[in-house]
Amino acid sequence: MTFLEKYSKAFEDSFDTKIENIEELTYQSIPEWDSIGHLFLISNLEEVFNITFDLDDVTDMSSFNKGLEILEKYDLGL
Amino acid sequence: MLDLSFLLDKDAFSFDNIRKRAIYKELLPQLVKHHYDNCLDYKKMLDVQSYDLSISILEDIPFLPVSLFKKYELKSMLDLDVYKVLKSSGTTGQNVSKIYLDKNNAALQQKVLLKIVSDFCQITRNPMLILDTSETIKNRLNFSARSAAILGFSLFGTDKCFAFDNDFKLDLSAVNLFLEKHRGKQIMLFGFTFIVWKYLYKQLVMQGIKLDLSDCILIHGGGWKKLKDEAVSNTEFKSSLKKQTSLKNIYDYYGMAEQTGSIYLECSEGHLHCSIFSEIIIRNATDFSECNIGEIGIVQVVSLLAQSYCGHSLLTEDLGKLIGIDDCKCGRKGKYFNITGRVEKSDDRGCSDTYEFN
Repeated sequence: MTFLEKYSKAFEDSFDTKIENIEELTYQSIPEWDSIGHLFLISNLEEVFNITFDLDDVTDMSSFNKGLEILEKYDLGL
Repeated sequence: MLDLSFLLDKDAFSFDNIRKRAIYKELLPQLVKHHYDNCLDYKKMLDVQSYDLSISILEDIPFLPVSLFKKYELKSMLDLDVYKVLKSSGTTGQNVSKIYLDKNNAALQQKVLLKIVSDFCQITRNPMLILDTSETIKNRLNFSARSAAILGFSLFGTDKCFAFDNDFKLDLSAVNLFLEKHRGKQIMLFGFTFIVWKYLYKQLVMQGIKLDLSDCILIHGGGWKKLKDEAVSNTEFKSSLKKQTSLKNIYDYYGMAEQTGSIYLECSEGHLHCSIFSEIIIRNATDFSECNIGEIGIVQVVSLLAQSYCGHSLLTEDLGKLIGIDDCKCGRKGKYFNITGRVEKSDDRGCSDTYEFN
């Protein structure tokens, strides 16, 4: 799986749904991405990429694209 | 809607009283006007008193009894913008409060909560032992104050573990495994006061188990709810837990469903602190005039976060006293206070009865 596939899959696994136009996804834009969904997403991303987010990044993760930007800061061993 | 982004960039306890008053003087009348324009019930309440919307002095801003949320939908937004309905845990036989949140308000509460808590724990994120059952956060439709608090604090957790099974039996093997796995790291414990006491402390004592939680920080809140008869003082709570678990870092917080996010956390000196996002006023029970420092009265809470519902200025059913302003030894600016008890039979006779609608 490519990085982007892994990343997208983490979203779909967290929200337990197939997501159309996933690159347009933002926090609260689907019912599944609420505060509970956000917790799932954070822990899934941390597990998939074996990282621990800083607190600021946990709150800044407000969209699919923002998440990509945030992940650039971390050493993903790619 | 108020734009609080300039406050979100500041340290949560960095404003002294003069600076804070200046900001509230400007923002509070806007907030009152916002609710007046967007919530008909709120407008009626102010109109009945011929309220002057230009009033800007903190102490003169109108306050609603917190029990009003049990009877009325005090929302300042369109129905289609309702994103979450937060229900207070409410004690037996009482109606529950319903707090209506739109997306912005929910997100704002979460941001402020993290800001306040991170000021107390220099920690960033740590393993977190949640002193509750995983059931509490399973149902997203029925969102209780407790589930909201657990979710809000959970963002601090990296690895997470729930300490109790669904019947609130301590899952000792899971807890031990979790503690062992993270030995040497600072572990954050979070739970509701009465749950920590009844289900953690009491079970440990009964089973004669001593846990080693010396590396942990416990943050607890929510008071005693249904366990008023079993309530112990904060000092006894701390010393008992310390004896049983070697837990030294224990911090209480004061907050309520009606003002989620802008909580008041206990500092190392044992005092609750107002952040830049909220304020308290202690009032005499007889004439609602402001109490002096050290005088016990009813706690009024003011929060800039309450925008999608009229919870910006509320008279609680709690008693407390102001300890001081700007000069706590912990270094935080602003007012600091203690909670001393509950207004007697507060659910039966609220000032809400004096308000007539329609």
